[in-house]
Amino acid sequence: MSNHNEKYEKLAEVIKAHKEQKGALMPVLQEAQNIFGCVSEDVQKIIAEGLGVTLSEVYGVATFYSQFSLQPKGQYVAGVCLGTACYVKNSQKVLDKLCSELGIQPGQTTADGLFTVQATRCLGACGLAPVMMINDDVYGRLTEAEVPAIIAKYKAS
Amino acid sequence: MDLFRAHVLVCGGTGCTSSGSAELIARFEEQIAKNGLDKEVKVIRTGCFGLCEAGPVVIVYPEGTFYSRIRVEDVDEIVSEHLLKGRTVQHLVYKEKAAEEEQHATLENIDFYRPQMRLALRNCGVIDPENIDEYIAFDGYKALAKVLTEWKPEDVIKEMIDSGLRGRGGGGFPTGKKWQFAAASKADQKYIICNADEGDPGAFMDRSILEGDPHSVIEAMAIGGYAIGATEGYVYVRAEYPIAVKRLQLAIDQAREYGLLGKNIFGSGFDFDMYIRLGAGAFVCGEETALMRSIEGGRGEPTPKPPFPAVRGLFDKPSNINNVETYANIPLIINKGADWFKSIGTPGNSGTKVFALGGKINNTGLVEVPMGTPLRDVIYKIGGGIPNGKAFKAVQTGGPSGGCIPAEHLDIAIDYDSLTSIGSMMGSGGMIVMDEDNCMVDIARFFLDFTVDESCGKCTPCRIGTKRMLEILERITEGKGEEGDIEKLEALANNIKSTALCGLGQTAPNPVLSTLKYFRSEYEAHIKEKRCPAHHCQKLLNYEITDKCRGCTACARVCPVNAITGSVKEMHHIDTTKCIKCGSCMEKCRFGAIVKN
Repeated sequence: MSNHNEKYEKLAEVIKAHKEQKGALMPVLQEAQNIFGCVSEDVQKIIAEGLGVTLSEVYGVATFYSQFSLQPKGQYVAGVCLGTACYVKNSQKVLDKLCSELGIQPGQTTADGLFTVQATRCLGACGLAPVMMINDDVYGRLTEAEVPAIIAKYKAS
Repeated sequence: MDLFRAHVLVCGGTGCTSSGSAELIARFEEQIAKNGLDKEVKVIRTGCFGLCEAGPVVIVYPEGTFYSRIRVEDVDEIVSEHLLKGRTVQHLVYKEKAAEEEQHATLENIDFYRPQMRLALRNCGVIDPENIDEYIAFDGYKALAKVLTEWKPEDVIKEMIDSGLRGRGGGGFPTGKKWQFAAASKADQKYIICNADEGDPGAFMDRSILEGDPHSVIEAMAIGGYAIGATEGYVYVRAEYPIAVKRLQLAIDQAREYGLLGKNIFGSGFDFDMYIRLGAGAFVCGEETALMRSIEGGRGEPTPKPPFPAVRGLFDKPSNINNVETYANIPLIINKGADWFKSIGTPGNSGTKVFALGGKINNTGLVEVPMGTPLRDVIYKIGGGIPNGKAFKAVQTGGPSGGCIPAEHLDIAIDYDSLTSIGSMMGSGGMIVMDEDNCMVDIARFFLDFTVDESCGKCTPCRIGTKRMLEILERITEGKGEEGDIEKLEALANNIKSTALCGLGQTAPNPVLSTLKYFRSEYEAHIKEKRCPAHHCQKLLNYEITDKCRGCTACARVCPVNAITGSVKEMHHIDTTKCIKCGSCMEKCRFGAIVKN
């Protein structure tokens, strides 16, 4: 519970620090997402009150940008790059394999809260195409055959 | 200051960091200290060297030996052999695919670098981007000092106009003219903005400049601020670029500490400071008006032009916005002069352009060539051609706004105008090579899928029109194409081009139009014959077992829908009505007995 309160205290500090700044909403949402892992409705309400803007404005911005998530993500976020360089080197097959292995669609989280699968925009590591990232770990020059072993590694840890 | 007899440069760009260059640096430092060389040899983490294919890259000076794909296990050998005994570790040196004999690979004698001219990337892979002193040692902030102490703002604008520099973000608008418009607007506050929202898939030059040479952008923005009368700058960077953001922030802090940002810079009375704003994953924010709405904290939706940013931009004040690569050229132009810059490239297209070469090409990486370089040279001389003996099919430039260029135009000299004339565009500089296995209808579908996803939804042509185009393309790739689909696509494309609100929508149909122009027969094969000539579109494939089959049963066992039948040691057979075309059987077959057509 103390951890929970700490997060809200941190959010209050962030709002205070940015309140007078022009265009504060985006940086505040970004920091809120770092603190909570997502920007749920109650967090949006606090931000709206704190910055003196309407909840609809906060919601409008939070849902416009793909980086903001309204629900918590899994412990491991697996993103397969669907940038052009990866796509022409068959990253779609890697993504399909990942989805079938985990039994979910891109954008979804497994029932155990372990994995979230995303089709990401270009990661800029085109020299390693096709690329998959799981949290901060990068897997390059992948084939779909390698996917099950990589997933198993995270399940075991 | 200590003098070192050797320097080990390790690439710290995103590509090489992803393949473990941070561990290499730690290991080098550890081994160098262990061998008592830490007073003689210095390890430097630089920005991107460009040849990402060979990453992680390590260069050892003074020889300039170019080591490629170095693993942590290789470090000890380089330290004990090269740094301690002075013997090059031949088996780790980069080898060109065509080279037969051993060569002493250095930056100067590798085919990948020889035709290049690194201006915007001049410091990438050369200096430590986290150390302002190294930038200053390479003429850093000299241009700013010159401008602030010797030039009037109008002199700066004149120099920029004379240089012929055009916007490297893809539009190609003359930078000097843009500055002139912003300077002419009267206001109590103006802003200068750097567009680092590099969203084109397959383009990463702006990120590499921010990672490898952040001070060049800071210096140029201060120069621009002086020229147009702005005292505040914003850099809008993609949040997907954590290393770039970190190094840029560090560079801004160092510049402030040195008095190169802040009040009364160089005692000239000119005040200038700048801030970073992070994007949040919206491609449309690369459009200038959308980007400014995003900095203001709102939804990144474009607004109609006019009013242009130079009249009413960020926070309703006159603003000037340029892209990262454009800024990186500016200190050089001031230092070396407009005439020098104009002498590079072709008339009307001064200077160089950085391209991110990727896809089906041997040397993936960042390439900087003078404008007017033949496309063929970039792909074959620098890029080293197509891997696995496959045939070149097309090169895609300009990202989701650009088009596919077929083999018949390989000899075109690359510049803004020539690419537009053949239905593509310069764009930010992504250059994705495709070979015979890539289906051009599917590529068009891929880009439309991207645009539909990234359309902000504000204007109808883009929101609904691109969706309708995507639906048609999806039908075609699934074998449900109908007579008249091509005409429908063309009509929609032309409508969207002429009616969409911003650049995203206006250029969204380009990938379809250019593939229709050069690869119309592929569309027709999909629609009329229900056939994908590149054997890519899954739903149009038919798998068949030939008489090379030995009856090993491997395919039958791997088939997820039991579509393959046959007895041991006898030829097997695929029931095409059951087959889901997953391709597992073909992968499993050791005798090459399964073909798709």
